[in-house]
Amino acid sequence: MSTAAIVMLIIAIITVWGGLALALVNLNRHPEDDGAMPAEHAPEL
Amino acid sequence: MSSPSPQAAPGVKPKREMWSTRKVFILAAIGSAVGLGNIWRFPYVAYENGGGAFIIPYLVALLTAGIPLLFLDYAVGHRHRGSAPLAYRRLARGAEGLGWWQVAICFVICVYYAVIIAWAAMYMIFSVTEAWGDDPAGFFMGSFLQVSEDVNIGFDFVPMVLIPLIVVWAVVLLVLAAGVQKGIGRANIIFLPLLLVMFLILVVQSLFLPGAADGLNALFTPDWGALTNTTVWAAAYGQIFFSLSVAFGIMVTYASYLKHKTDLTGSGFVVGFANSGFEILAGIGVFAAVGFMAFSAGAEVGDVAAGGIGLAFIAFPTIISEAPLGGLLGVLFFGSLVFAGFTSLISIIEVIIAAVQDKLGMGRVKTTWCVGIPLALISILLFPTTTGLNLLDVTDAFVNNFGIMACALVTVLLVTYGFRKLPLLGGHVSEVSSIKLGLWWRVMVGIVSPTVLGYILISEVIKRIQEGYGDPAMPDWFVGVFGWGMAGALIVVSFLLSLIPWGRNSAANDPELDSPTLQEAQR
Repeated sequence: MSTAAIVMLIIAIITVWGGLALALVNLNRHPEDDGAMPAEHAPEL
Repeated sequence: MSSPSPQAAPGVKPKREMWSTRKVFILAAIGSAVGLGNIWRFPYVAYENGGGAFIIPYLVALLTAGIPLLFLDYAVGHRHRGSAPLAYRRLARGAEGLGWWQVAICFVICVYYAVIIAWAAMYMIFSVTEAWGDDPAGFFMGSFLQVSEDVNIGFDFVPMVLIPLIVVWAVVLLVLAAGVQKGIGRANIIFLPLLLVMFLILVVQSLFLPGAADGLNALFTPDWGALTNTTVWAAAYGQIFFSLSVAFGIMVTYASYLKHKTDLTGSGFVVGFANSGFEILAGIGVFAAVGFMAFSAGAEVGDVAAGGIGLAFIAFPTIISEAPLGGLLGVLFFGSLVFAGFTSLISIIEVIIAAVQDKLGMGRVKTTWCVGIPLALISILLFPTTTGLNLLDVTDAFVNNFGIMACALVTVLLVTYGFRKLPLLGGHVSEVSSIKLGLWWRVMVGIVSPTVLGYILISEVIKRIQEGYGDPAMPDWFVGVFGWGMAGALIVVSFLLSLIPWGRNSAANDPELDSPTLQEAQR
């Protein structure tokens, strides 16, 4: 692979998967309000 | 509605169905977004439009149109807690037709989408024996689909497609009949991780094939000149737009099953980036395999690269025949198509079921059969035939380009400038979410999105009028009826459906199902 292709492969992975990682971190910092759980839900979840 | 919960008092209607946790909602939303297009469309679109340089317009499109439109869908569905027609009806007087337009689009998509899943399921089996021999193209069009030269509607059924199609419909309707949490939620909890594991194994296997590096080189070598080309930017916005399942009711419907206090923007960013993350993964896996195909044939990657049906049912069988452990590669690839397609199909049909359920006030199981059986019959009658491929081709192209695209454009224009509801919707999302929607979001939805959607739509209309459709061109009457006519009929039908009054039993007249905003609820 050419250097340019390797660099763009790495950039694509870092931006998109890095974006996903950041989004997951943000979501985990704002936990769900369990008080508002619906009455009926599948017990295994 | 599902059957009354044990907690419900006699005579009291159960509340609207809900996801048990936001994790289930996120999985279902990713399951809907990750579909056939992620696997067979993205890699080729990226390759054709600047290779490595495509990542720039692609990310810009994701952040300036894809995710903002996703938030718009979430806002409408979550604030107004209804299927697409009911949610838009509650949003503004006169907006109900937009919801029915989205339902009509889902109706057309689901009847042909199920057929592609049936093909992929058969190809999983064919992969084991390499049933296509040394002529995958001839096998697909001839022995398998038995495509007629006559471009028409016929009822000459092909049993090898008919039987798996009946199975697909039976399974999908059983899942939907089980309800939002126990059916759709559980199906996504099982199928989405399974899809990810299968696809990861496929990517690893592809990367070890000879020529894989040449494939990746072809995909990721940047053509910076492409960035000055408007068609490349239009392709990036088009890819993001079609890939994220926005603007045709799915995310409105799924968001309506969330409890009041849910981090909508936080969840939306996860869904948006997970969908794109899967596309990058698909690009790597598919082009590594295509690189091997070029290596085996002694050809250039550009000579063998393809997208869509050509990639899946002609190029991949060639790769499977040549590759070591080809049978495994085939089962993983077609299995991934089946699972990715199945979770998307569920979401498309749910838009229709939810709409009918809200309108007629019927139970979940009864609605699923009342809606699902006619849908299945139409799908089974029209597509697993020797003439089904042309019909699928033309309806797919027109419902996407002139159904979803036009509906999205009209929706953003009406919501922004007609009904002037963006501040209200943005305020609702900000109230419950970690990332607030300010002026930037209103600019993206109200100005950037309609500009880009309008450009793509007009370019496509001009192209189709000048060039017709199909290669070789299909007869005008066929494109006129099942392309233009179908796309126009969606609008007429949605307008007529919006005129039908909501009955006493409908969700529109059920105070239990009405949705004040969180602020209103706390007053």
